[in-house]
Amino acid sequence: MKTPASFFKTFFLTELIVGLYVTMRQFVARPNITVQYPEEKTPQSPRYRGLHAQRRYANGQERCIACKLCEAVCPALAITIESDVAADGTRRTTRYDIDLFKCIFCGFCEEACPVDAIVETRIHEYHMENPGENIMTKDKLLAIGDRYEAMIAADKAADARYR
Amino acid sequence: MNGVPEFVNTLLPFLPEWIRAVVFYGVVALVLFISVILTMAFLTLAERRVIGSIQARIGPNRVGPGGLLQPFADVLKLMLKEIVIPSSSNKFLFIIAPLLAVIPALAAWAVVPLWPDGAVADINAGLLYLLALSSAGVYGVILAGWATNSKYAFLGAMRAAAQMVAYEIAMGFALVGVVMAAGSLNLGDIIERQSGGYFSYFFWWMIPLFVVYFISGVAETNRAPFDVVEGESEIVAGFHVEYSGMAFAVFFVAEYVNMILISALTSIFFFGGWLSPFEGYPLPGFLTAPGFHWLFLKLSFFLFCYLWFRATFPRYRYDQIMRLGWKVFIPVTLVWLAVLGAFFAYDIGPWSK
Repeated sequence: MKTPASFFKTFFLTELIVGLYVTMRQFVARPNITVQYPEEKTPQSPRYRGLHAQRRYANGQERCIACKLCEAVCPALAITIESDVAADGTRRTTRYDIDLFKCIFCGFCEEACPVDAIVETRIHEYHMENPGENIMTKDKLLAIGDRYEAMIAADKAADARYR
Repeated sequence: MNGVPEFVNTLLPFLPEWIRAVVFYGVVALVLFISVILTMAFLTLAERRVIGSIQARIGPNRVGPGGLLQPFADVLKLMLKEIVIPSSSNKFLFIIAPLLAVIPALAAWAVVPLWPDGAVADINAGLLYLLALSSAGVYGVILAGWATNSKYAFLGAMRAAAQMVAYEIAMGFALVGVVMAAGSLNLGDIIERQSGGYFSYFFWWMIPLFVVYFISGVAETNRAPFDVVEGESEIVAGFHVEYSGMAFAVFFVAEYVNMILISALTSIFFFGGWLSPFEGYPLPGFLTAPGFHWLFLKLSFFLFCYLWFRATFPRYRYDQIMRLGWKVFIPVTLVWLAVLGAFFAYDIGPWSK
């Protein structure tokens, strides 16, 4: 039942005025939290899971030993590996593809890797222009690894304490 | 404006008198049209910035300094888009409907006094002309919904029709109070009757009528929280679902021009239009002199209220709108008209003779 007090409240729009006061307070305070993206960027964690890369040892030898653990753990079945014996007698991948359209960036491949070969970098600003560019081949992964090795190593070092 | 000024006669002496009048009023109308459209364009920007600020965002700030050129970018985009005409629509009505919405909205500005003696047409029945034109504006919406031949659009049109009928009455009755007080239907006279500083504005004697008028105005222009006509969560976009490109833009222009018009009329009827609120105070000339700047300030405040309401209130349910219109606003207005009548009978108030 409507009491006289509630009728009074409805008739004089008190609740509406309270609402207007709230928005006006917001308008005057102006705590605009928008980040002007290309100029400003939000801080990133060293654990950020972006574009993939394959790393090498300091002597230039690629880390990946074709154990296929990442292929096995990948929940999205985004990784395809073929392996063979290389000229020096070690087991190496002949094909290492990651389909970026299937990948869900969960980071399991990175966790599964016994030699820290496959990693996810902080790179999140990339694009594709043609069909097929979504497949990250071994060459592309190694190229990214070579180019960003300093950043990857720093991120791994920063995160090592917590592992 | 009283007749064609002398300089037109000296500039164009070779033309017959009626052509001189047509040329002069044509130019005046064009200037007014461009100013109204420009105001409307920057109102869209102001709306996005103000609502953004209320929601702790920034709003468009990329095109031009502070986003000032955003309206022009929007217009350019809309002009380049295709106007899709649905194959099952009534094509003639589909094209004519946006025009029927925008022409009354723009034509109403002819009688609005922008500064002392500053109306294009200083007609005596100005208020009736305004009421007639604001009623005519709804035909555009209804015809658009009908011509589109889509269920969503049709529902939107039906809602528009019901809402307009409900709120037009309350709005008209609220103006009866203004007419009673001013004793004139001429907008210039209505403003003149409120001269004598901020305390002699009609607002003080007609607070309920002012509230009813302004809220009805928000409902008339189909703005939030009364925008069930568009109701994107229920009927997509209501009457303009199938409109694209400039055909849509024309509806958009009509809505915003109507907003500016209602704000201007509210400040004219209840807040003394171009009169200075500090009349008679020992202040610098421009603060006490009547002029366009006062109308502009008052109008801007009401436009800000429009945006403020939109950012604050959720949309009314359809039956709540009907209830508010028929069962709250109309009784409140009628009661206050009776109260005003009593004021008159006992000579209370500034307008009593």
